[in-house]
Amino acid sequence: MLALKSSIISGIMGETSSFIQIKGVRDGLLITLGGAPWPDLASAFVKNVDERSSFFNGARVALDVGTNELRVAELSSLRDQLSERGLSLWAVLSESPVTETTAQNLGLATRLSKPRRADYREPSEELPEDAAKWVKGPLRSGGRVLFEGNVVVMGDVNPGSEIVAGGSVIVWGRLRGVVHAGAHGDEQAFVCALELAPTQLRIAGEIAVSPKKQGKLRPEVASLKDGRLVAEPWQEVTGR
Amino acid sequence: MVAKVVTIVSGKGGVGKTTTAANIAVALASRGLKVTCVDGDIGLRNLDVVLGLENRIVYDLVDVTEGRCRLRQAMIRDKRLPELYLIPAAQTRDKTAVSPSDMVRLCDELRQEVDWIIIDSPAGIERGFKNAIAAADRVLVMTNPEVSAVRDADRVIGLLDAEEKGPAALIINRLDPAMVKRGDMLSVADVIDLLAIELIGIIPEDENVIVATNKGQPLALDGKSKAGLAFQNIARRLMGEQVPFMDLDSQNLFQRLLGRK
Repeated sequence: MLALKSSIISGIMGETSSFIQIKGVRDGLLITLGGAPWPDLASAFVKNVDERSSFFNGARVALDVGTNELRVAELSSLRDQLSERGLSLWAVLSESPVTETTAQNLGLATRLSKPRRADYREPSEELPEDAAKWVKGPLRSGGRVLFEGNVVVMGDVNPGSEIVAGGSVIVWGRLRGVVHAGAHGDEQAFVCALELAPTQLRIAGEIAVSPKKQGKLRPEVASLKDGRLVAEPWQEVTGR
Repeated sequence: MVAKVVTIVSGKGGVGKTTTAANIAVALASRGLKVTCVDGDIGLRNLDVVLGLENRIVYDLVDVTEGRCRLRQAMIRDKRLPELYLIPAAQTRDKTAVSPSDMVRLCDELRQEVDWIIIDSPAGIERGFKNAIAAADRVLVMTNPEVSAVRDADRVIGLLDAEEKGPAALIINRLDPAMVKRGDMLSVADVIDLLAIELIGIIPEDENVIVATNKGQPLALDGKSKAGLAFQNIARRLMGEQVPFMDLDSQNLFQRLLGRK
C-alpha cells in the first residue's frame, strides 16, 4: 500500500452514480464516498472491496464521508463488514458534527494525521529571509501572531498571548506570553526581549519555561546552543 | 438630553461588576443626574437585587426589544432617588434573546430621555458581552488584584480594541492595602503595569459591600464607607472632575492609638 502513494483510482458505480475515490496516504488508504445516499454508498463500497479483495486485504482505511450524517449503527456495521474482509477502519473524516461524534464514540480518529502542533506545517510560500511582521503592542491575552518569517513586537507581550514565528522574535518590551521561534525547525532562530520572562519559550523543537526571576530584569537573548535553550544577557552577547 | 452610555465589563465573573454598576448609577443620580441602569445579564439578572428593586419588575429588557411593552413601561423608578431608573434583564430567557443592534436601538431611544445609561455586562466574552458593549460610548473594565482576573481583563481590553470600543478605563476592586503591603496581593502599580490603560477607580475591600448588596441598599447612597466614597469618586471622574485617589494606607485613629503598623 505504501507503493500506492497519492495514486488515485476512482470508479463510477453503476446507476447510483455514487463515487468511490481511493487514495494512498501516509497512514494507509483514504477512501472518499459521496454522491449517493449512505446505504447505497456503503454497499457499493463493500462490493468494491469484495471484487478486489487482494488489493484491499490488510489495508488500513480512512473514510471521508463528506456531509453524510451517520449514526453509530450505520458506521459500526460498515466497520464490522470491513473487518470481516480484512480491512481495518481507523478514521472517519466528515463535515457533519453528528458523524464526527459517532466516529469518536466508536473510538475512530476524525483527522488523518495528528501533527503535534499545527504550527509545524510547511511554510505556505517562500518569504525573503529577512521578512518580518511588525506588531504594534501590547499583545494582550488571547492575542495570537502567526508568521512564517521574523516577528517584531513594539510593546509588551502579555501572559495568555502567543507568538509563533518561522524565524526569530524580537520584543521591544516585556515578553511574558508563549513564544515559539523557528517553528518550522530553524535552530538558528532566537528570541530577544527587553525583559525575557515568557510563560513558555520554544525554539525549533526545544521547550523551556522561564526560571522565576527576581528584581529588575535586563534585556536578554535566548537561542539554541548545542541543542539546549540558553538565555544570555544582551550585554554579554554584544560584548563578545 | 443626550446620554452617555457607560458599560461595565470584566471577562471574569464575580469581580464586582453588578455592585459597581449599581453604585456608580446611584452616585450619579444622587448628584441630580437622570440615570438609567440596564442589566445586560439576561438569564442571570442581579442588578435589580443589588438595587433593591426586585419586587417591582413587571416588564424587562427582552419585553422592550421584542415589542411587548414601551420603553417607559420597563423603566423601574427608584423610590430613594427619583432620577434613577432600572431596566431589568429577563430571567427566563438567555443572551441570544437580544442582539447587539437591539441594544443600540434601545440606547438610542433612551439617550433622549436621560443623562447617563449604565450597562452591566455579564461575565464572559460571548454574546452577552457583545450586546453590552454595542452601544457603549465608554467602557469600564473591572478587575480584582489577582492574576486570573487581571488576565481576563487583559483579554477583554484586547477585544474592546478590536471592536474599536477603546480606550477603556480601569477599575480595581477589592484592594486590600494590608495584603499588598505584605506582598501577598498585586498592587495597583502591578495591575496598571500589565494592563496599561487609564485608571478611573480603586475600590478597597470593604465588608459593608456585602451587607449593602444583601439589603439592596447600595453603599453610594450614603457614601460614608470607604467603598461608598470610592464609588462616588468614580462617578465624579466620569463626569469629568479631577478627583485624587484615596489614600488607602492611612490608618484609622484606633489603629494609630494601638501603635499598629
